Amino acid sequence: MPKNPNIKKVLVIGSGPIVIGQAAEFDYAGTQACRSLKEEGVEVVLVNSNPATIMTDREIADQVYIEPLTSKVLEQIILKEKPDSVLPTLGGQAGLNLGMELAESGFLEQNGVKLIGTTSETIFKAEDRQAFKDTMEKIGEPCAPSLVVHNVADGIAFTNTIGYPVVLRPAYTLGGSGGGIARNETELVDILTNGLRLSRVGEVLVERCIAGWKEIEYEVMRDAAGNCITVCNMENIDPVGVHTGDSIVVAPSQTLSDKEYQMLRTSALNIISELNITGGCNVQYALHPESFEYCVIEVNPRVSRSSALASKATGYPIAKVAAKIALGYTLDEIKNAITGKTYASFEPMLDYCVVKIPRLPFDKFITAKRSLTTQMKATGEVMSICTNFEGALMKAVRSLEQHVDSMRSYDFTGFSAEELKIKLEKADDRRIWVIAEALRKGISYEEIYRITRIDPWFIDKIAILTEMETRLEQEELTVELLKEAKRIEFPDHVIASLTGRTEAEIRDMRYAHNITAAFQMVDTCAAEFAAETPYYYSCFDSENEAIADNGETEAAGSQGEQNENESSCGAERTDRRKEKRRKKVLVLGSGPIRIGQGIEFDYCSVHCTWAFAREGYETIIVNNNPETVSTDFDIADKLYFEPLTPEDVENIVRLEKPDGAVVQFGGQTAIKLTESLMKMGVSILGTKAEDVDAAEDRELFDQILEQTEIPRAAGKTVFTAEEAKEAANRLGYPVLVRPSYVLGGQGMQIAYTDQEIEEFMEIINRIAQDHPILVDKYLQGKEIEVDAVCDGTDILIPGIMEHIERTGVHSGDSISVYPAPTIRPEIKEKIVEYTRRLARALHVVGLINIQFIAMDGEVYVIEVNPRSSRTVPYISKVTGIPIVDLAVRVMVGNTLKGMGYPTGLAPEAEYVAVKMPVFSFEKLRGAEISLGPEMKSTGECLGIARTFDEALYKAFLGAGVHLPRHRQMIMTVKDADKPEAVAAAKRFEALGYKIYATRSTAKYLQARGVNARRINKISQESPNVMDLILGHKIDVVIDTPTQGRDKSRDGFLIRRNAIETGVYCITAMDTANALAESLEHATANEKLDLIDIAKVKNI
Amino acid sequence: MKAFLILEDGTVFEGAHIGADREIISEIVFNTSMTGYLEVLTDPSYAGQAVAMTYPLIGNYGITPDMESERPWVKGYIVRELSRMPSNFRCEGTIQDFLIKHEIPGIAGIDTRALTKILREKGTMNGMITAREDFSLEEILPRLKEYTPKDVVEQVTCKERYTLKGKGKKVALLDLGAKRNIAKSLQNRGCSVTVYPADTPAEEILAEKPDGIMLSNGPGDPKECGRVIEEIKKLYDSDTPIFAICLGHQLMALAKGADTHKMKYGHRGGNHPVKDLETGRVYISSQNHGYVVDTDNLDPSVAVPAFVNVNDGTNEGLRYTGKNIFTVQFHPEACPGPQDSSYLFDRFINMMGGNQ
Repeated sequence: MPKNPNIKKVLVIGSGPIVIGQAAEFDYAGTQACRSLKEEGVEVVLVNSNPATIMTDREIADQVYIEPLTSKVLEQIILKEKPDSVLPTLGGQAGLNLGMELAESGFLEQNGVKLIGTTSETIFKAEDRQAFKDTMEKIGEPCAPSLVVHNVADGIAFTNTIGYPVVLRPAYTLGGSGGGIARNETELVDILTNGLRLSRVGEVLVERCIAGWKEIEYEVMRDAAGNCITVCNMENIDPVGVHTGDSIVVAPSQTLSDKEYQMLRTSALNIISELNITGGCNVQYALHPESFEYCVIEVNPRVSRSSALASKATGYPIAKVAAKIALGYTLDEIKNAITGKTYASFEPMLDYCVVKIPRLPFDKFITAKRSLTTQMKATGEVMSICTNFEGALMKAVRSLEQHVDSMRSYDFTGFSAEELKIKLEKADDRRIWVIAEALRKGISYEEIYRITRIDPWFIDKIAILTEMETRLEQEELTVELLKEAKRIEFPDHVIASLTGRTEAEIRDMRYAHNITAAFQMVDTCAAEFAAETPYYYSCFDSENEAIADNGETEAAGSQGEQNENESSCGAERTDRRKEKRRKKVLVLGSGPIRIGQGIEFDYCSVHCTWAFAREGYETIIVNNNPETVSTDFDIADKLYFEPLTPEDVENIVRLEKPDGAVVQFGGQTAIKLTESLMKMGVSILGTKAEDVDAAEDRELFDQILEQTEIPRAAGKTVFTAEEAKEAANRLGYPVLVRPSYVLGGQGMQIAYTDQEIEEFMEIINRIAQDHPILVDKYLQGKEIEVDAVCDGTDILIPGIMEHIERTGVHSGDSISVYPAPTIRPEIKEKIVEYTRRLARALHVVGLINIQFIAMDGEVYVIEVNPRSSRTVPYISKVTGIPIVDLAVRVMVGNTLKGMGYPTGLAPEAEYVAVKMPVFSFEKLRGAEISLGPEMKSTGECLGIARTFDEALYKAFLGAGVHLPRHRQMIMTVKDADKPEAVAAAKRFEALGYKIYATRSTAKYLQARGVNARRINKISQESPNVMDLILGHKIDVVIDTPTQGRDKSRDGFLIRRNAIETGVYCITAMDTANALAESLEHATANEKLDLIDIAKVKNI
Repeated sequence: MKAFLILEDGTVFEGAHIGADREIISEIVFNTSMTGYLEVLTDPSYAGQAVAMTYPLIGNYGITPDMESERPWVKGYIVRELSRMPSNFRCEGTIQDFLIKHEIPGIAGIDTRALTKILREKGTMNGMITAREDFSLEEILPRLKEYTPKDVVEQVTCKERYTLKGKGKKVALLDLGAKRNIAKSLQNRGCSVTVYPADTPAEEILAEKPDGIMLSNGPGDPKECGRVIEEIKKLYDSDTPIFAICLGHQLMALAKGADTHKMKYGHRGGNHPVKDLETGRVYISSQNHGYVVDTDNLDPSVAVPAFVNVNDGTNEGLRYTGKNIFTVQFHPEACPGPQDSSYLFDRFINMMGGNQ
C-alpha cells in the first residue's frame, strides 16, 4: 500500500521534560520519526515543552512550538496550524494521553483531524485496564487474575479473594508511578491510596502477584495491511517485580528455548493484530520459570524506552519505520536502511549479545531507598554489545561512570554468607556485586536463584567473571589467560591490579601478542547480507571489520565536498579512499543520562557532529547511551557503541587515527578523557587541555582572575576535613564546599558549622578524590549565567540569563530567564567584559559557560566551564544563534567576524524565555527534595512568550503545575525568610488562597496583616499539617528549610508527603514569588499566545 | 583439544574441539536462528552438512525434548561458544554430551561471523573438521573439492511405513527427511497420517486412497532424486490434493518441467519474509534450503508462483493450475522459527474437503 496522499501536514507530540520513566528515548524516537516524515515530503508541526531536545530544532520540523503540553495548548496549535493529522505515538505516555484526550473530547473530529499511528480505540484497548483484560480474554491470551478498582474498599475485598501478595498498577501513569507490591492489608491501603491519586482516571489494577517469574519483552511492528514482525525480544535478568526500566536487560533472550520464544512471539503478534496497532508496540510477559505458563503484563501501543533499546540493539530503526507506517506504507515497501538491500518486513538476527544496565541516581540521593521495585527509579541507561554475555556485562558496567569496572567494585567482603543472603532478598542497584560476593563465599547457584529468582545461567556468567578474577590473582599470566580475560572484557587496569602489574605492562603484553580489540558491525542480519551502515562494537575474538580511512588528508572543507560525502555509502567510501581523504574528527559523547548531565549534552554532541560534517570532516561518534539521537546509526559517518573509558577509546584511536578529538560537547564524561586522549597523541580541537585545567584548578584560576582583575568569592583549596574547617573559619560561615571536576554540583553543599563541614567532607571523600576540594565564602546574590562562543580573540554572547532563585540553588535547579529581566545595563556591560577577559585569558576556542553573582553593584565569578553547558540548547533556540555550530566553525579556524556574526552581546530577542527545572522526586522514596547547591532536577521545560509573566506562566504549566485548584496552601518558613514571606503570602491571599502556617510562621504573618491560620506541627495532635496534606485539598506547600541542610524530621516529612501526594512543594522564597506572579498572570489572561520558534529570527 | 575447520578455499580456522573425536568432510552452511539449535541439529535436511550457528551463544538451555527427528543429522557442528551450564526447566543434558553420544564432531571458539562472510561472498563450500594438528592442505584441499553429499534422502527417510492415528482426514506423508512437526501439525488438525519411505511407489500410496498427500522437506540436490520424481508425477496425475514443503516443493516442480539450481549460500534461518502473492500479506518464515526452483521457464498453464521471498525475489511457493496442489519452499511447520505460516496446514485441510 503506498503512502496515503491525504496526509500532508502532521502534528507530532513530544514527551515534554525529562522525568524518571520518560527520558531521552523520546527525543531519539521523535527526531528519527520527524526526519522520516520530512523525507516523505510531509510538513511537520512539532510541539514539545522540552528545549533540550533535538526534535525541537528548526532543522527537524517545519514549525516548532516549545509550549506546555496540555490539551488546551494543543487545541490552539491545531486551530492555528491546521494539520490534517496528529501523530501521538512518539511522545511516550505523555503524548499518547494527550492524543487520547483530544480524540475523546471530540475536538479532533470537529476539526477534521485524524489520529495516525494508532486510533483512540487502540489506545483505549491497550491502556484501559478492563478493556485490555477483556481484549486479552477474547483472544485467549492469559493475564494474571486482576480487578480494576476505584476505591480502597474494593481493592481489599478483591485481594481477599485472590490472596496476598498483589501487584498494584495505576492506569495511565509514567514508568509505573505509584505502583507496587502489597504483602498485607496495611501495605495495600498505603500503595492503593497513593496509586488512585496518581492515576489520571483514578483507577488502579489489583493483580495476582507474579513476582519472581521471568520478565520477557517483545518489540513488534505491524502495518495497516496486517503484516507483523518482531524486531527483537529481550530478557530481563531481574525477575518480575523489578521495573523493566530498572532491570538489567539482555537481548536477545538467553534462557528461552525456541518453544518458549515462539510461543511468546506468536502471542505478541496476535495481540498487536487484535489491538489493530499500526506502528510499533511493546508487549511485556511474565513467563513461569518452570512451565510454559505465561501472563501478558502490559502492552505499550507506541514507541518506548524498550523500543529505543531494541532499535540500538538490532539496528532496526523502529521510530522511522513506525512513521512510514503511519503514512500508509507497508513493511515490505520500506527499505532496511542498514543493509540497503532487504526490507523492513524481516526480523533482525543478532550475532552478538546486548546488555543494558540502568543508571540509578542513588549517588545523588543518598537518603533515597536503593531498593528496586515496580516503581522505576533510573534516570538513564547504558548499553553494550559483545560476542559474549560476560563481556557485554563488563562493558556495560564500566559505561555507567559510577566508579565501577569489575565484579569487585562494590566491596561486600565484610559480609558473612548469612548476611549476604539477607542482602540478596532485596534487589538494589548493587545486586550483581552481592551475587559475586555470595559466589566467592561459596553460596550455591540454587540458593542464589531461590532467593533472587535470577536465572542460574546468569549467575553462572557472574561466576565465570569471579573465577577469572581468582585465576588472574593466583595463576601465572600466560598469553592464553590474558586472551581469555580480554575476551570477557576485563579492562587492562583491572587485570593489572589483580596480577600485581601495571596497566602499561598489561597493555604492552597485549600488543606484543596481538591481543587487540576488533570491531564488528551491527548489521541486523548476522552477516547474511553485506551491510552498508558503519555501526560498530568491539570484541576480542573476531577479525576487524571496521575499515579506517587512513590515507593522506586533503584540506578539509574544500568546495563541493559536502553533498557528495553525505550521500556516500559503503561502495563510494571505498572508492574515495583512493583519493585524498577527509580529515577525521572523534566526537566523544556524554554517556548515560544522569542528574546533572542530561540530554542537553547529546544535543550538543549531535550538533557538533553535523557541524563538522558540514566543514568537510569525516565524523566518528563514540557513545554508550541507547536512548539518544547521537547513537542513531545515521548521525555520524561512523558510530562506535562503546564504553567511554580511556582504554576503550584508545582501541578506536589506534584504528582510526583521528586528526583531532572534540571533548567540549560531551559533558564531564568527555572532558575527563582529555588527558588520556593527549597521551594517545590525539590533538584536542578547540580550547587546549591546559586551559581547561586552568579553569578547574583553584590556584591557576586564581592567578587568571588576579591577572584579569575579576573578583570572586574568597576561597581555598583543601584535601582534608581539618583543612576545610580551618579555611571555613578563616573565610567565615556560611561557606560552599565542593569537589572540583564534577558536573551538576555533585557533592556541593553550603556549610554553616564545623560539624557540617565534617559531614560533607566525609561524603565527598567516600569516593577517592584525585582532585582537591574547594571551600568558598558563600555570597547570596543574583545568579547570572552566560554561554559564549570565542574564536580566541572575539566573543559572542547570545544572551544573558538570570536566575529567579538567588545563589545557593544549583543553576540547573533554578528558574532561568532570558533576557535577564532585572540586571542593569552597567552590570550587563561588566558581565560581557568579564566574559571577554576570561575567554581570552583561558584562550577559549569554542564554548565557554560562566556563572556570576551580581551583588551590591559588583559582579563576582562563581565558576567557569570552558565547554558546552546545560543552557546551550535553550539559548540557541530562543536567540536563533546556532552556538554549537559556531563553536565548531571557530575550532576549525573560522572567526566570528569572518562568519559575519557580531561580537560582544547579541541584540536581545523579541521573546522572553523562562527555563523551568522539573524534578522526579515522587519516584524516589526518601529523597530529600529541598533545593541547594547540588543539582536534583531530571529535566526542564521552557515557557516562551512576548512578556515575562506569560513566559513564566507557560513554564509552570509546562512543568505540570496546573494551579489554582483548591486555593489552599501551607507555609512554614525559616526565620531569615519571614520578612519576604509576608509579601508572598499577601500575593497568594489576593489570589484567593487560604493560608495555613505552622506556629512561628503563622504568628509572624498574622502580626503583619496576613490572615494565616495556625496549624499544628506533625508531632502535635490532629488535625495537624500532615492531615491537611493528606486531605488532598492543598495546592502548594512553601517550606524553606532552616539551614543549609535540614535536619528536622518534620520539614523532611512535610516535603516528602507533599511530593508523594502530588502537592507542589517550594523550598525557596524566590520560587514562591515567581509562582504568585505566574498565577496573577493566569488569572488575567485566558488565552496563550503561541510562538513558532522555527520563525525566530537568526541574527 | 584443538580443532581445525579447513575450507575448500584454503581458509583454516583454529578452535577448540567439541563432540565426537572424528574427522569429517562435509558441505559447510550457516544458520542465523537465535534459538532452536536443537531443532536445527535434528532436522534431517542438514544430512551431509556441517552447520555453523551465527548466534554466538549456543546450548544455553541444553538438550530439551524438542527434537525434529530421533537423532541429529548434521555431520559437524560449528559454534562460537557453547554454554558450560545450560539452564531451563526442561533441560536434560548438554550439547557436548549429545554430540559425543551421536558421534558428531564439532569446533567451538571460532569467529563464526568471519566464516559466515566467507560463505556469503564465495558461496557454500565444502570443508573439514579435524583435530589433527599436522594436517596438510595440499593433501586435504583436493579431497574437499571432490566431496558431494550422496544419497542423503535414502539415509534420512524412514525404513518402513507407519501410521499416526487420527479421526479426521487420511494423509499420506512421503518422508524425504521429514521434520516431526509436519506430521504433528497434521495430527493436531485431526488427521490420520501415514508416513511412507521415500522410495515408496506411487501406486502403493494411492492404493490407500488418502484424502491428501504431503511431500516433506529433505536434504540434498533435488535433481538427485530422479526415481522419487517419477513417482511424484504419478501422484500429480492422481488428482489427490497435494501439499509439499521444501524438497517436496522442488521435486514437484522438477516433475512438472521446471528447473532448480543451487543458490550461492541458501536460506537458513528464521527471519525470511515471504509474500503470499494472492493476498499481498508478508509472513516471516523458517527456512532451510540450498536449492531453489527457477520460475523463468515455468509454464503458467502448469503452475504459477504463489509466494516470493521479499529479500531476494526468489521463488517461495507454487500453485498448480487446475489442480488441488500447492507447494512452498519455506517451513510452515516452523520448529525452529516463526509459526506465522501454519495457516497453510489449514488451507491443506480445506483442500481435502475440510474437517467435518
